[in-house]
Amino acid sequence: MTTREAGEHLRYADLAIVRKKQKGVAVIKYVARRLVLMVGIIFVISVGAFYLIHLLPGDPATVILGGGDTPQARAALYKQLGLNRGIVIQYFVWLNHVLHGNLGTSFITDESVVSTIKSAFPIDVEMIILSQILAFAFAIPLAMRSAQKPNGRLDKTASAGSFTLLSIPPFIIIVFLVLIVAVKLKIPNTGPASYVSLGQDWVVNLESMVLPAVTLAIGSFVLYYRILRSDLISTLQEEFITLARSKGISRRRIMWRHAFRPSSVALVGTAGVNIGGLIAGGFVVQFLLQIPGLGFTLIDAINQSDYLLVQGIVLVISVSVVLINFLFDFLITIIDPRIARD
Amino acid sequence: MTNLANDFGIAEPELIDRPEKRGRLGILFWVCVAWLGINIFGAIFANVLPLPNPIANNYSAINFGPSLHHLLGTDELGRDIFSRIVYGSRISVSVGFGAMFIGFGVGAPLGMLAAYRRGLFDQIVTTLMYVFLAFPAIIAVIAVLSFWTPRSLLKIILVIGIASIPLVYRVIRAATLSMGSRDFVIAARVQGATDRRIIFRELLPNIAPVGISFLLIGIATVVTLEGALAFLGLSINPPQPSWGNMINESRTLLSQNIWIAIFPALALCLFLLSLNYIGDRLRSYFDVSEVKL
Repeated sequence: MTTREAGEHLRYADLAIVRKKQKGVAVIKYVARRLVLMVGIIFVISVGAFYLIHLLPGDPATVILGGGDTPQARAALYKQLGLNRGIVIQYFVWLNHVLHGNLGTSFITDESVVSTIKSAFPIDVEMIILSQILAFAFAIPLAMRSAQKPNGRLDKTASAGSFTLLSIPPFIIIVFLVLIVAVKLKIPNTGPASYVSLGQDWVVNLESMVLPAVTLAIGSFVLYYRILRSDLISTLQEEFITLARSKGISRRRIMWRHAFRPSSVALVGTAGVNIGGLIAGGFVVQFLLQIPGLGFTLIDAINQSDYLLVQGIVLVISVSVVLINFLFDFLITIIDPRIARD
Repeated sequence: MTNLANDFGIAEPELIDRPEKRGRLGILFWVCVAWLGINIFGAIFANVLPLPNPIANNYSAINFGPSLHHLLGTDELGRDIFSRIVYGSRISVSVGFGAMFIGFGVGAPLGMLAAYRRGLFDQIVTTLMYVFLAFPAIIAVIAVLSFWTPRSLLKIILVIGIASIPLVYRVIRAATLSMGSRDFVIAARVQGATDRRIIFRELLPNIAPVGISFLLIGIATVVTLEGALAFLGLSINPPQPSWGNMINESRTLLSQNIWIAIFPALALCLFLLSLNYIGDRLRSYFDVSEVKL
């Protein structure tokens, strides 16, 4: 090795270290930028949620208090919302309460909004986790099978089926699942109002979660299957896959170890957006089956004109959706750090 | 001569005139177009067509199955289901087209302008749109509709339409960006074409295919959203029928009469399926690379 060559080697090595450092910096910069954007978004959400009260026709206090319009209740509401002051100050009074974990007390149920939300939220989380386990368990193997033989019989059937499912909204799926499973087949603990909390009886709880989880899983499955399939098909045409094949690596190992990770970026991105949407999509399922999660509570609150509760739930759901999106954005940069660099 | 022409990207005349090989749209495409046409026709002319009154109760004909007299049967109040479905299509069609009219009316020009001008304007508008895209439209729509009472069809169209603006903006901006740096746009600019000419004569015809296929898929999305709202009882009030509130009303009667659930659900699904299929076929027909929806 000549001196010049050695010098070049050294330079390349240095370059590699520098690149590695830059990579770390790029990820941190990317995450920081996202974090700033997220704070901005949450600010906009808070303004929106705050302003909802002022969309009410007439005097908000009269509408919110409804039948419980006593001087004490009115004084409490004015204190909570700062209603007698200018609108900008009202926002900060409200925000100050929210940041201290105080979303007000419902004038319909006399319960604090925060405690109502705290008891409803875990139900949504359980529902979403179950549905995502189902969706991924079916979507990933099926997408791999389809991608191995694009336009084969399995691929064509699955693609046509998923396209059809794309056009069936969840509120129709759940109605027909209830019709078939609970009404016609009379399988216990699957119909409306059969929900039991996890702590009370976990077997019945899981039984009552089957239809909601399946309904939410179908929508997610279709999305994940379609995205992963098309990404896998293009990944499988790459040279490193041909190389792996020529080395005699088994088809199974190629799929899981070589093709899956580079194809999963769009999948994770879609999952992030979708899981956020599922909190909202859970509304119809909970509404039909009377499962007391956030969606059911929200619709109930709307029908009872319990505006403070509606406002609180809207705020909590919106902020959680944004947090989930942020988390998944971060996850993507772990899978493929190149994304942070551009 | 031929080589020279090719070097400058000018093809021989017969090469230009030869139609591009695109394959055909297929029979299913035209079936879907026809179905969509029937739905829109029914929605427009529902009160002219010889249909029974969709909100008149008839207690001597409750929960009838499909028959010649009542094509799709009657519901729990003896109302004709076929007639209610035709009248119900009015809600879906007007929300679909109305909301997308607002969404495209605001989102498409903004998207084109932002992608064409770039710079600060683009940055500000795009950041703003991404802020609004960050949370699911259904929450914002439910929140606004639950506070902004009393609800009416116009308010629903307005709220859903505004909620769809960022979606349209993103698609149109992406499509314009991919076109904006093509040779023919640069050539037009070099020739001294005005901005207006470039936007309307060069860019618009080329992003129209993306726009149209997204318009159809967007209508399907918006109709689904209205259906979900109606199912939750947050859209227009009964007794006026819409597909969503018919499905809502059927949920307590599933054990007695399954037809009142099946027919409106079928009507909605077929409507959505034809929209999605037409949109999807058009997209691959024009060979537009998948724009993320």
